[in-house]
Amino acid sequence: MPLKSRHLLGLQGVPEEDIQTILDTATTFREVLERPIKKVPTLQGKTIVNLFYESSTRTRISFELAQKRLSADTINFAKSGSSTSKGETFKDTVRNIEAMKVDMIVVRHESAGVPQFLTRISNANVINAGDGRHEHPTQALLDMYSIREKLGRLAGLKVCVVGDIAHSRVALSNIYGLKAMGAEVSLCAPPTMIPKDIYRLGVKVIHNIDEAIAQNDVLNVLRIQLERKAGTSIPSLREYHNYFGITKERLEKQNKDILILHPGPINRGVEISSEVADGPYQIILNQVTNGVAIRMAVLYLLGTMN
Amino acid sequence: MQVLLKDVTLINPAQKLNEKTNILIVDGIIKKIGEITADELSASEVYELNGKICSPGFFDMHVHLREPGREDEETVVTGCNAAAAGGFTGLASMPNTSPDADSAEVVKFIIEQAKDHLVDVHPVGAVSVERKGEYLAPLAEMFDAGAVAFSDDGTAVKTASLLRSAMEYSQMFDTTIIEHCEDPSMDDGVMNEGVVSTMLGLPSIPTVAEDLIVMRDALIAEYTGGRVHIAHISSKGAVDIVRKAKERGVKVTAEVTPHHFTLTDESVKSFDTNFKMNPPLRSREDVDAMIEGLKDGTIDCIATDHAPHSIEEKEAEFIYAPNGILGLETALGLVISELVHKGHLTLEDVVQKLAINPRKILNLPVPKIEVDQPANLTIFDPDAIWTVDVSKFKSKSKNSPFDKRLLTGKSVAVINNSKMFYKDQFINI
Ligand SMILES: [Zn+2]
Repeated sequence: MPLKSRHLLGLQGVPEEDIQTILDTATTFREVLERPIKKVPTLQGKTIVNLFYESSTRTRISFELAQKRLSADTINFAKSGSSTSKGETFKDTVRNIEAMKVDMIVVRHESAGVPQFLTRISNANVINAGDGRHEHPTQALLDMYSIREKLGRLAGLKVCVVGDIAHSRVALSNIYGLKAMGAEVSLCAPPTMIPKDIYRLGVKVIHNIDEAIAQNDVLNVLRIQLERKAGTSIPSLREYHNYFGITKERLEKQNKDILILHPGPINRGVEISSEVADGPYQIILNQVTNGVAIRMAVLYLLGTMN
Repeated sequence: MQVLLKDVTLINPAQKLNEKTNILIVDGIIKKIGEITADELSASEVYELNGKICSPGFFDMHVHLREPGREDEETVVTGCNAAAAGGFTGLASMPNTSPDADSAEVVKFIIEQAKDHLVDVHPVGAVSVERKGEYLAPLAEMFDAGAVAFSDDGTAVKTASLLRSAMEYSQMFDTTIIEHCEDPSMDDGVMNEGVVSTMLGLPSIPTVAEDLIVMRDALIAEYTGGRVHIAHISSKGAVDIVRKAKERGVKVTAEVTPHHFTLTDESVKSFDTNFKMNPPLRSREDVDAMIEGLKDGTIDCIATDHAPHSIEEKEAEFIYAPNGILGLETALGLVISELVHKGHLTLEDVVQKLAINPRKILNLPVPKIEVDQPANLTIFDPDAIWTVDVSKFKSKSKNSPFDKRLLTGKSVAVINNSKMFYKDQFINI
């Protein structure tokens, strides 16, 4: 079934059927990734630009690999910071790239809204690979895929996103996507890491990590950005770890099955202890593999639409 | 030259005027109001106005002309042309030019550029040298050069102690300090803080950042006995603080922009940078408080914060785009559509807030519609329905969020300095 939109700007407003279609398509590609020759000719002749205005090696590599597996031609374009101060505006850059006859643009930018802006100034299909603190839809899709792969379903599950929600692009996409799929979403962090009025999106907010572990089937643990305004939203990483870090002791205390996700890269000893990061509850490396399959699915579904 | 404004409805609450009549203007001076003889009729250039409203010329006390420094975005003359097209006969220009209007020379330069124009330009000087908030700019010299108020607009005066000095010092010439109220430790956002900023993942500015400085400023005005004018008020909390301060007799006044009583932060969901300004568009509750403040007199006047920006700079990633939008050519339409036709203000209130109060705040004479007075008039049609088209703007820039919007209420003509702007043309009268 074709998707409703020719872009993937975020998961806000994306209907359940479309998420289902993407996850199901990813299952097919997941099988391709297990074959000795991991390549299909689906997007042969399509040109895709990875427009990364913010460095993100993992996401870029994952997209690039997905594009290669689908036999698309890939161009990487990396730039950092505001372009206006360096002469060429973002709009001019995009116009130039488009003049090279590009079919799809995968974009990562530190400003929220850049994917939307791109759809106004370009005719390519746009895929958001993370915009500011706004959305990172393919990350949430791979999270959902990984949960479904492990637990067999999403509807009715209780999922808690733990960490710096206010500065995260993963949290909102998780909230929108998981809720669309019928999961119950809550957030656990110190109040300084919870953005204003987020409860109005229909999520519960708690500040006690033991409660979060006790009440949920899945924890999606966000990376604490070490560089971010140290000392203003949390007193120290040590204190954060002591009060919100996921440790073996905390998990064992609850004596229950729980699934732990992390979008990476991990800060061992901060949001998650090494024992947990390498332990039986986590599926962090599955997430990475599934990420390629999800990105293949999204590229395929959008790239074969028109 | 002899001009006859035939069949106008005079409205001027300052003179308790509300009547249908004719105005005869000879060489820019009002010579007769009332019945016109056949001889007078035949000797005049006649404008049939069919009952359109005629009031003292409107005055916008918050305009960013970009001269000197960014003449590619607006000059004094193009800004004045936009003002005339929007129904204004006077404006106050804000000092954040390049160089800043922090000296008598720059103040004089700006006045000089507007010399032969229909629109009167009254510069606002900077409070501090280069608006840095460290040392007082030469306020007396600027006042003597023609500055009508002082402001570090773009930011609030940096410290309470410098603001105190400015408020005390400026009492020598009874001018007001115009304040852009925003706590500098909370100003690193690009939109209002609330559920919308949370959903959009954009860095946000809380209303309390505005409220804090409004409170600080009101307290310093109270303590010093000086005058403070709150520019572009936008939060409910700030309106409440101003209301209470006025009740205590503090010399505080306030202005609101048309966009802050028309739009909410919901508009930012489009990520269109024409909805990016500072202060940012707030919530519905705040917009309602603006209207309430206008109705009960807490907010004295309407000013546009006209802020031209080049297309290249404005058409950018949301967090990098500069703050501000055009205002001069849409203000009257928004005032009439949003405030008059929705039953919040009368046409008398509009004249009070667009013509009379801004001049009073700046100690400028309010034009009288009286025989032997120079004609300084705005003629407008409160029922004209029109569609905003930025490509037709007189302003050099095009950054308006109201392009293609249907508005009711439009200026028909303005008259001042023996000139008339009518049907897109300036005429000497
Ligand atoms: Zn300002």
